[in-house]
Amino acid sequence: MERKIRVLVAKPGLDGHDRGAKVVARALRDAGMEVIYTGLQQTPEMIVEAALQEDVDVVGLSILSGAHMTLLPRVTQLLRERGAEDILVIAGGIIPDEDVEPLRQAGIAAIYGPGTPTREIVEFIRAHVRPR
Amino acid sequence: MMDLVRRILEGDRRALARAMTLIETGDPASRVILRQVYPHTGRAHIVGVTGSPGTGKSTLVSALARCFRRRGRTVGIVAVDPSSPFTGGALLGDRIRMQELAGDPGVFIRSMASRGHLGGLAQATGDLVKLLEAAGFSLIVVETVGAGQAEVEVARTAHTVVVVEAPGLGDDIQAIKAGILEIAHILVVNKADLPGATRRVAQLEAMLSMGSPDAAWTPPVLQTVAYRGDGVEELADAIERHWAFLSAEGRLEAFRRRQAEQEFEEALRFEAMRMLRERVLDPERQAELVERICQREIDPYSAAGKVLAAIRG
Repeated sequence: MERKIRVLVAKPGLDGHDRGAKVVARALRDAGMEVIYTGLQQTPEMIVEAALQEDVDVVGLSILSGAHMTLLPRVTQLLRERGAEDILVIAGGIIPDEDVEPLRQAGIAAIYGPGTPTREIVEFIRAHVRPR
Repeated sequence: MMDLVRRILEGDRRALARAMTLIETGDPASRVILRQVYPHTGRAHIVGVTGSPGTGKSTLVSALARCFRRRGRTVGIVAVDPSSPFTGGALLGDRIRMQELAGDPGVFIRSMASRGHLGGLAQATGDLVKLLEAAGFSLIVVETVGAGQAEVEVARTAHTVVVVEAPGLGDDIQAIKAGILEIAHILVVNKADLPGATRRVAQLEAMLSMGSPDAAWTPPVLQTVAYRGDGVEELADAIERHWAFLSAEGRLEAFRRRQAEQEFEEALRFEAMRMLRERVLDPERQAELVERICQREIDPYSAAGKVLAAIRG
């Protein structure tokens, strides 16, 4: 059985807009990946626990609430604490330019704004997913 | 690998998750893992939950898991969703309905893509269940893909099969067809707050009154509203009753023997196929034979005979 790329797509925080997350989840599915979609209003703890149980290669976080500077670094921090810093973490949503660099520093490998072609996300994952 | 298995037996969740991936991908290490965990399996009560897409299986599994947690059980869940036959990708959405289980160390949920396997489960579902058993979960729930009429494989994996229905699905003719309803030990009409629930219950009871596969166990027909927990205690009671029923009069031993037989035959088939491919059926030879079958130069059985003749010697 060939190795499938497994991706957890989650929405941390309280905003209820999951259109983008669903579009990305579907695009990754169509690219042959196995996407575990966990839905809305996830705490960083829930996301990390799910990522570990599902043994995913990638965590994709969608956030539009403005709380990204708190919630996204918390996810990467918890992953590090659990020894899972090899999981690739990417994010999408409304994230101001000045926040991009600090988030990269915090371990978010890529950040996508509105209008990003989904192909770009697929290619990034394929190029950067950890080898196993 | 010894270390990974030791960590699983000690309840290390990352080791468990990692071993599941190795087994799912058919990694060479999976043989060793399964060999080492096998003596630690066979203790849990395995409950299968199946039914058509949209009947509320995942929501019901979540409510059921919470109920069994209150009763002091630990719960492992394997939830299977279909892979795309075109891209091989999958969207595994069962966890969305199981959020209320998050943060409970007595629960472990794993989503699985069917990866082209028919029958309602994935190829490796049974092996993932064994890992959960070895990790010490006392109740394991296997949720099938949205199943129609013929996805009855869960009956081989699970001791107790719960078939979930919803109001408005099918009439009394659907109810007497062979297949999924026959494998039910417990029938549940979920979404019982919707119109048509009592009618569906009546149809299912009428079906059962004509007889059930095991004369000693008549499947109860229960009603639930999973999202608000109605009827879930009664369902858990029925599941425990079925376990007590199985535990009596050597039924569990008979189940285990049947399961051992099927697992052995499956392993034999799998290993035989692997050996054939290694020794006498390389991809070119296969392509050549397929082409000849396609051109009607040879029939499939004769082609298989030619391959086997090579090892008969």
